[in-house]
Amino acid sequence: MILGQERPFIEWDWISRNIDEIGQATVEHFTHTALAVSIGLVLSFGLSLAALRWRQAYAPITWVTGVLYTIPSIALFTFLVPIFGLNSLLTSQIALVSYTLLILIRNIVAGVRGVPEQVTEASRGMGMTDRRIFLSIKLPLALPAIIAGVRVAAVTTIGLVTLTVLVGQGGYGLFILRGISRQFLTEALVGTSLSVMMAVVVDTSLAGLERLVTPWNRSASGT
Amino acid sequence: MIEFLGEVAAWFAEAENWTGARGLLPLTVAHVSLTLVAISSAAVLALPGATYLGHMGRGGFLAVSVVNIGRALPTFGVIGVLFPITLSFPVTQSPLGYWATLLAMVVLAMPPMFVNAYAGIRGVDRSHVEAARGMGMTEQQVLAKVELPLALPLVMAGIRTAAVAVVATVTLSAWVGYNTLGAYIFVGFAQRDDVLVFVGGLVVALLAIITDVALGWVERRTDPLRRRRIPRQDGAASGSLYHQELSQSPLG
Repeated sequence: MILGQERPFIEWDWISRNIDEIGQATVEHFTHTALAVSIGLVLSFGLSLAALRWRQAYAPITWVTGVLYTIPSIALFTFLVPIFGLNSLLTSQIALVSYTLLILIRNIVAGVRGVPEQVTEASRGMGMTDRRIFLSIKLPLALPAIIAGVRVAAVTTIGLVTLTVLVGQGGYGLFILRGISRQFLTEALVGTSLSVMMAVVVDTSLAGLERLVTPWNRSASGT
Repeated sequence: MIEFLGEVAAWFAEAENWTGARGLLPLTVAHVSLTLVAISSAAVLALPGATYLGHMGRGGFLAVSVVNIGRALPTFGVIGVLFPITLSFPVTQSPLGYWATLLAMVVLAMPPMFVNAYAGIRGVDRSHVEAARGMGMTEQQVLAKVELPLALPLVMAGIRTAAVAVVATVTLSAWVGYNTLGAYIFVGFAQRDDVLVFVGGLVVALLAIITDVALGWVERRTDPLRRRRIPRQDGAASGSLYHQELSQSPLG
């Protein structure tokens, strides 16, 4: 560079100088996301089973998870900080998980309920028990809806993990926060673009997984 | 726990905390005005295009892409990127952090508004549109008297989703130096003051819930068929469902 004070728009060499930290942040960002979506999926699955078993349970479950969904994530952090402390994995995970619940439960319940009546009747006619019908008929047929929910939940969570830096957790949010405090565009841009890229990669992979686990849809659309 | 809530209550009991320079009232005003400016700007930018494309029946791929990009963009990151950029232009330098937040909020608000308006217009039963044309309505009349009124609940649903997201996320302005209710959370984090952090979160959460409930009410009021007791739907995905139900019930 000729002019000392003049900063280029993007300092590309910053990326190579910090490649180790970028790698570490990528691992952390992905781990936080995977953990939250997995926990969210397990909880949602349990709650969806309850909602499918007892129809009256669906309204209260979606109401409570709907309120959790409406509470801003930053606000949720603030409610959890007095309980679990400022730099706590629990604080960030509880907030992240509570965000996935409504999306996942809606899709699981809609997916299972969307299985045509004739299909379940036919299975019953073949002598299948309710348990078998659920596990080997309804659940596989609901997979596209369930995976669609997981895709939305995962992409949303990847975006939200950039905020967990506010409660001392890692990931790309650290680059964004430091970019802001140093008014350093490159760092903020790296954090943001990597987050978007992770969202695209995860979303595409889950779409691929859906194709893999629903071979019957593939042959149908191939004609 | 009880002790902590007592400290929170004591904070609210202090008059200075309401009307002072960093009081609840001025910060709420700043918070809500920034939200209103962002929502109105996003509406001006998103709704005409969505209405036009929906009326022409084009741009479905664009609508899907807009949702996906909107969902993947981390708003905190958008603010972080816009902050240094806005500081390098004299027009957007002050108030500190205002323009970066405003632009990021517009980016946040546009996708749900665009998609819901598009789906709303696109989802109006073709037979209603054909009937309107058969009656001799011009294209403008079809849009103004048939498509827009029928799409209005969904347009409102988009505005509501956007408004709830923006009123919650404007909070981040405090990290780039513009004081909204997020200032309590920002200062509270910095000073390890759990009470202040909690106060900020509580007020922001209340504001988000009030926005959601109030605009939900408006949304139901705008439904031209509201006495027909059609179950309320929100979100783009259920939007088409809404209009399937709508088309099954006769008008009038």
